[in-house]
Amino acid sequence: MSTTYNVIGTRPVRHDGADKVTGRALYGADLQLARMIQGAILRSPHAHARILRIDTSKAEALPGVYAVVTAADFPPAPADKIVDFGEGDTPLSSLRGNILASGKVLYSGHAVAAVAAVNAHVAAEAAALIEVDYEPLPCVLTAPEAMAPGAPILHEEFANGNVADQIRYEMGDLAAGFAQATLIVERELDTATVHQGYIEPQNATAFWSSDGRIHIWCSTQGSFVARDATAAVLDVPVSQVKVTPMEIGGGFGGKINVYLEPVAALLSKKAGRPVKLVMSRRDVFTGTGPTPGSRVRVKIGVNDAGKITAAQSWLAYEAGAYPGAMVVPGAMTVFACYDIENVLIEGFDVVVNKPSTAAYRAPGAPNSALATETVLDEIAEKLGIDPLELRLRNAAKEGTRRADGPRYKRIGCVEVLEAMKASPHYNAPLPGPHCGRGVAIGFWFNAGLPSSATLSVNADGTVNLIEGSTDIGGSRTSLSMQAAEVLGLRAEDIHPTVVDTDSVGYTGVTGGSRTTFSTGLAVHDAAQMVVEQMKARAARLWAVEAVEFANGVFSANGQSLTFAELAAQLGSTGGPVSCSATVNPKGVGGSIAGLIIDVKVDPETGKTDVLRVTSVQDAGKAIHPAYVEGQMQGGTAQGIGWALNEEYFMDNSGDMRNGSYLDYRMPTALDLPMIETVIVEVPNPGHPFGVRGVGEANIVPPLAACANAIYRATGKRLNRVPMNPATILGL
Amino acid sequence: MSAKVQVQTTINNEPVEFLCEPRQSLLECLRDVVGLTGTKEGCGDGNCGSCTVKLGDRIVTSCLVLGVEANGESITTVEGLAHGNTLHPLQKAFLEHAALQCGICTPGFLIAADALLQKHPQPTEEQTRFWLANNLCRCTGYDKIIRAVQAAATEITTTKSNGAAQ
Repeated sequence: MSTTYNVIGTRPVRHDGADKVTGRALYGADLQLARMIQGAILRSPHAHARILRIDTSKAEALPGVYAVVTAADFPPAPADKIVDFGEGDTPLSSLRGNILASGKVLYSGHAVAAVAAVNAHVAAEAAALIEVDYEPLPCVLTAPEAMAPGAPILHEEFANGNVADQIRYEMGDLAAGFAQATLIVERELDTATVHQGYIEPQNATAFWSSDGRIHIWCSTQGSFVARDATAAVLDVPVSQVKVTPMEIGGGFGGKINVYLEPVAALLSKKAGRPVKLVMSRRDVFTGTGPTPGSRVRVKIGVNDAGKITAAQSWLAYEAGAYPGAMVVPGAMTVFACYDIENVLIEGFDVVVNKPSTAAYRAPGAPNSALATETVLDEIAEKLGIDPLELRLRNAAKEGTRRADGPRYKRIGCVEVLEAMKASPHYNAPLPGPHCGRGVAIGFWFNAGLPSSATLSVNADGTVNLIEGSTDIGGSRTSLSMQAAEVLGLRAEDIHPTVVDTDSVGYTGVTGGSRTTFSTGLAVHDAAQMVVEQMKARAARLWAVEAVEFANGVFSANGQSLTFAELAAQLGSTGGPVSCSATVNPKGVGGSIAGLIIDVKVDPETGKTDVLRVTSVQDAGKAIHPAYVEGQMQGGTAQGIGWALNEEYFMDNSGDMRNGSYLDYRMPTALDLPMIETVIVEVPNPGHPFGVRGVGEANIVPPLAACANAIYRATGKRLNRVPMNPATILGL
Repeated sequence: MSAKVQVQTTINNEPVEFLCEPRQSLLECLRDVVGLTGTKEGCGDGNCGSCTVKLGDRIVTSCLVLGVEANGESITTVEGLAHGNTLHPLQKAFLEHAALQCGICTPGFLIAADALLQKHPQPTEEQTRFWLANNLCRCTGYDKIIRAVQAAATEITTTKSNGAAQ
């Protein structure tokens, strides 16, 4: 039985739309403040080197320069201090080390010093005047090389060389499982380092006031995380920092970490003025976190019935310069779509001389799903079973246990596979020779994390919504729609505003596919509180005990008032109504996505053309279906770029040779066809409307789906992503 | 710092004079000197299209044009697309078709699409994709952008033919 909604499931124009199509919306780099000056960052040309000396005197002497900072300007803190701002324990030295290098540089592009000057041109000139003496050291660029004996060591203090962390998930009896198998397939696949590719470069403006407060304006996925990380790096209390999130021009996980915020603050403290820092595109590629390159082995055994009897995986992910390669989620998701009794998963977090990696849409999962989903494709072919049917025979269901521990609540794996099988695309013939069709599925979590919201009723019957989730792709509207549904109003009756960290309760990042789910829950709860308070006002007005509320109308004993009519009488019935809610949901959701893709591979050039694409995803309940489709289409496009073309092309010295959009070529409008979408709705039991976060799972299947399609088109099982012409032709 | 140069332009149908250094790009002049921050910088080397503006009768990536080169020229930016509070059909179509997510590439797409529709009032999907291939979007996968541009083309053509019929 499906619930009938008035607002949820419709497609209203987004609340911030008019500002964004007219150029009025203010993004971080658009900020202008009185007396503001601009900065530039000096970055390391070496992938691995000891810093022997930094001389900033010439830069400081250049007319127009206000301040120069290096790591020596961080306030003193104990060398072994550990900080935790909700992302787990991190040594302060690592957090600071990636922001301004101290002692050693660990990748080409590593920030070494920063300048603030009258304008960005003078700042760049001054940065070039800073003299740094380096002692170059041998570098290591891939996980397998970094794990080998004798590899150059990045962090001498680590106990296990370049292996920063190891994890192991084990379930059942692996040997017995493989003994039951009648077919075992094992493959090893490598993926290259790729970047989120958000179009807006990182930026931050800071003003360190004479009263000690630090005000930051920046482009961030999480204003509170930016606040807490900045405070930790600067060793000040969190309440000393206020972060005002500006509009954000894409993030995909890459705008959670702080890079510029503490540097702008240090410069501002020295200069006594607001300082704006904006990265160049090359800085974004070389100085911010891409997603890890990886090597993943997967071995799967099946019996004659196509039931998986055992599965094993070994994963080594490149963390970049500092630990945190997302190998844990990679390992948690490698077999997450399947019900398997006997499993062993081993993961390695390996530091290499590349930029310190960051989250990128379902971080870690596309890498591992690539291996699993291509092995399953090979098994399906060898068994003569339809590849979706093979997956259906093994699909995870409610109660299925993952090797890392949890049992699923209700999930939509079977429903997604059935929708793929039933889609017009899957049942259409391929258009001709050199064409192939590939399928794959993938799982990604929904993070819970805290969220806060405040609703205030206006006398004209509209409602102001104050929230702390930075809006990266329409969440003002998906949240407003949930408030409107509860209040019996229209989406346009809600006026949402994303506010600074002083003005709303703690709210976690816009990431982990959590905003529409978790902040939505806070909005829902606040709206219910509004309804209860409004009912009490009506009860007072009518001198009755109980008041009903349905479809935006309060009623009792034959009397009724619309929401707007009652809102107009709040002043005379006790004053304004304003309700806040903070939630911290646990053990929630998770989304399955699937992809069907047709490609044509030119046998002479090795170029792959994408002919037709269908993305299928379980949204639980699609609040605004157009923006759910948008997430599916966007994740699919990114995944196709990752699969077919994108990579950090590093030379042997660790220098990125393609650090521009011309050479790091992301898909253009001409590279893609329309992206068909099928929204599956298997409600999430952890949300009142059944919402599952949809931001990420859609990027998990494309790598494997492309690999499988290329195999069907060429007969070649490739072991490396990107599957560009050189890989396909074996050059 | 070098001496500033006086530049006379028409921006969004209004005369605008400004002073800039010879090394400043037109993009920098629009954003930091004139204060029109609707035009965005994504790469600074002409490859993302976010800074696309109309200069005279052609579209350019304004990061690759010097401010001084705009002397005597007429410029249209995203701020000049709407007529007062009436949105351009492309702006309306982008909203109705959910053709933006983060919105940073939107100004460039709107200017480029406006030029497309002036050259090809009813572009095919292929023509639309080819024309807009200079504008990168990382959020949408382009699907809804292409649909919005084609819907706006139909809207503009229909409005014109209705006007002609009356």
